Amino acid sequence: MASLLFRGLQFRPLCIYPSSLWTRKVGVLCCASNSLQTQNVTTHEKPKKFATRNQDKTLDQFLKNYEAIIGIETHVQLSTLTKAFCGCGYNYGSEPNTDICPVCMGLPGALPVLNSKIIECAVKLGLALNCKLSLNSKFDRKQYFYPDLPKGYQISQFDVPIATSGYIDLDLPVEFGGGHRRFGITRVHMEEDAGKLLHAQDGSHSQVDLNRAGVPLLEIVSEPDMRTGIEAAEYGAELQRLVRYLGVCNGNMQEGSLRCDVNISVRPKGQDEFGTKVEIKNLNSFSAIGRAIDYEITRQVQLLSQGLANQIVQETRLWDDGAQKTVTMRKKEGLSDYRYFPEPDLPEVTLTKDYIDSIRDSLPELPELKRRRYEQMGLSMQDVLFLANDVNIAEFFDATLSKGADAKLAANWIMGDIAAYMKNEKLSITEIKLTSDELAELISSIKSGTISGKIGKEILFELIAKGGTVKGLIKEKNLVQITDSAEIEKMIDKVLAENPKQVEQYRGGKTKLQGFFAGQVMKESKGKANPGILNKILLQKLNANS
Amino acid sequence: MLNSINHHQKLLLHRSPKCLSPSPFSTFPLTLTENLPHPLTPPSKPTSQILSIRHSLLTHQLTAVEIAESYLTHLRRIEPKLKSFLHVADEEYILNEAKEIDNKISRNESVGLLAGVFVGVKDNICTGNMPSTAGSRLLEGYRPPFDATAVKKVRELGGIVVGKTNMDEFGMGSTTEGSAFQVTTNPWDASCVPGGSSGGSAAAVSARQCVVSLGSDTGGSVRQPASFCGVVGLKPTYGRVSRYGLVAYASSLDVIGCFGTSVADAGILLHAIAGHDRFDSTSSKQEVPEFKSQLTASDNFESRPLQGLRVGIIRETLEDGVDDDVASSIREAASHLEDLGCTVTEVSLPSFSLGLPAYYVLACSESSSNLSRYDGVRYGNRIAAGELTHLYGDTRAGGFGPEVKRRILMGTYALSAGYYDAYYKRAQQ
Repeated sequence: MASLLFRGLQFRPLCIYPSSLWTRKVGVLCCASNSLQTQNVTTHEKPKKFATRNQDKTLDQFLKNYEAIIGIETHVQLSTLTKAFCGCGYNYGSEPNTDICPVCMGLPGALPVLNSKIIECAVKLGLALNCKLSLNSKFDRKQYFYPDLPKGYQISQFDVPIATSGYIDLDLPVEFGGGHRRFGITRVHMEEDAGKLLHAQDGSHSQVDLNRAGVPLLEIVSEPDMRTGIEAAEYGAELQRLVRYLGVCNGNMQEGSLRCDVNISVRPKGQDEFGTKVEIKNLNSFSAIGRAIDYEITRQVQLLSQGLANQIVQETRLWDDGAQKTVTMRKKEGLSDYRYFPEPDLPEVTLTKDYIDSIRDSLPELPELKRRRYEQMGLSMQDVLFLANDVNIAEFFDATLSKGADAKLAANWIMGDIAAYMKNEKLSITEIKLTSDELAELISSIKSGTISGKIGKEILFELIAKGGTVKGLIKEKNLVQITDSAEIEKMIDKVLAENPKQVEQYRGGKTKLQGFFAGQVMKESKGKANPGILNKILLQKLNANS
Repeated sequence: MLNSINHHQKLLLHRSPKCLSPSPFSTFPLTLTENLPHPLTPPSKPTSQILSIRHSLLTHQLTAVEIAESYLTHLRRIEPKLKSFLHVADEEYILNEAKEIDNKISRNESVGLLAGVFVGVKDNICTGNMPSTAGSRLLEGYRPPFDATAVKKVRELGGIVVGKTNMDEFGMGSTTEGSAFQVTTNPWDASCVPGGSSGGSAAAVSARQCVVSLGSDTGGSVRQPASFCGVVGLKPTYGRVSRYGLVAYASSLDVIGCFGTSVADAGILLHAIAGHDRFDSTSSKQEVPEFKSQLTASDNFESRPLQGLRVGIIRETLEDGVDDDVASSIREAASHLEDLGCTVTEVSLPSFSLGLPAYYVLACSESSSNLSRYDGVRYGNRIAAGELTHLYGDTRAGGFGPEVKRRILMGTYALSAGYYDAYYKRAQQ
């Protein structure tokens, strides 16, 4: 694919990094960074190695005395039909420079026109994050020079973002201790994406692909409320859930539709003052977020414990997934001046109460409410999280319940056999042939005794793989459970007659052989015998003549 | 900034010819003269060259090709001295357009109001089939892949875009001497400037190289050269005409304006290009009134036709620093309006003197942003370099003229952290 990202780190005049890593700050351009890096190498002291156990123990002690302050900036690429300010479409992976026009290319004379769908997405997300919506907001120009920014400025929102002061509720995964958390959201604002740069391997040149320029983004800035890697990772995961639930973004970190940058500092517990803040980029999965934060906390605490606090500098670091550590990308040289001023080409954005209300009414049930609802059904936290975390699975589950199925049973089927099949075949729940109607039918068929649990499992496999109806399969394969005692008795008699030796052994004391007989009767009945009745009669017969 | 203001005032002291639009083409067949006629008394009928041409075409007195050929010959003959055009369209293209019109007429098909009319277009207005340099070395040879909306509308009505006219680079200037390519002379007096920044458009219409032309006005760049060249220059209200395709200078001030040899022609052209455009969010949705139906010959007026209209004259515009001739012209115009029935009252605008500095702060700030895109990366004259900062630096240093650089620097300063509130925000208020 032409828009492939380069992996691996090489320190060259035109550095080879995925373009998404470059923060586009005034004055720090990829060529200039060469000289900056040599400066880093000469002035930066190499950290001492900590191999001994004694020092690990001290480190643990130190870790206990410090807390990490973590905030996350997330960019969400909206899955609108067209870009933010022009009529171009956007397709991840297109040939370079094929989804462009004068407006998103920044040609002389071109003007932006707002895609109203962005406002809708922003309001949806703002409401979902429990934010205050700004009824009158505007766009601003954020100015800096970089080859992937066609106009030399990014249309963004500076001092009046469309949403502020919200919060997000989530549950930490059970395997990490569980627990409910609420993290603050500072702001949500609208802006446009920049293009992509592709750097030549030999550093001789770079190429600009403007397909992504002008794609609408929502930037979500969290309060620095997170304290651990797990919390940060789950925050990211919940945002992903939320944007997928709302249908505003596909949330694929691999494609760059969802990008997270982490800001982290540490301070001694009890201290009000913040420590030096470090920014971490190149986090391509939630687990990477967790690991990077854990690494960074350790790195910073280590330096602090040795009295090397001055080596923690305000900088941007990259997460090196291969080496599983953060490395310096470049030092921050004070705050960049973006020379913000109101965008004169776009009118102010005015929201009416009616508009906001209509969007609020159209919101689907959000993950947090769903989780609370499932919890109240008596499901375990593990079940709740599994079912609520994927909007499609939740939909399937809810649909099954609406047909009268029992929550616990439905949950078991979904999380058990169905999930196993999906995993093996790498299919999503929308792709399997089983419908929620049929799952409900299956559950009720077993409950009513029409078929046995074992037969149920077999039918399920067929339903998932090939589709069809429960009733249809029962009929076609003659799977109705045999509950007629007389019939079962006949089969038992047959089996006992055919296996006299084992009968002797049983009556001689090998009571375990009951299982053998039961199995044989089952075979005889082609699995249709009701196990309860079977065993009752079997035992009677076995114990009768002794 | 102070230097620019003095420079501006100096220009106002230049001798600008006192005349009203003569009309050499009032008789047909066309008689074209090398030397332009002396000032004449104002015509008694509203003369519209556009309507005359239309009349000639529809009554089959002249063909569009004949009209085009005579204008073209005249244009070429005086162009070496005048230098109002940066680019003249191919003769073949022009004559084909004219032929198309003739064909339509012979088939009794309707033709647009501007059919057969030569239109000059200022070089900062995008034309898909001709270069658009905005008077700058940086955009030398740049050809846009689209027509500006205003140009599109002109073409839809049958107008023939004869070429791109000279201008001060990126609209920054008031003499057209700021063009990176050539200096345009004033058709009336070779020792005078044609004004700016739309000097080429004004001169071309004044010298009859084209019938009407499009210019742009941010701080007077249509009105002033019109006055210097003795033609009608009309600056529409901001938002009346779409800015899509106009190379942006100051986004909240730029307007595309019209030049013509009569008020009627300027009005017809304005009507042709005005209206809301979905590609320009700042274009007004208000209905465009039918101007031309409201134009009447002065003969047909009852006495005092403007009875009841109140006109204000700003005292501060007639005070120190204003040329005596200019002041007396304005007072004459005011008394003429009184004759027509207006009540003219003098009003005072104490903040008037802040207008120019406010304009400079706003225009420079916005232009410093609008000109950020000229970096040689995607289009334009690139000066190759081994490093990114040098690519940007060399390309912009080499491509921009001194006035442009001055204004970008001033604008960047005014927007920078710590100064935004003191300059840009205050100027907005």
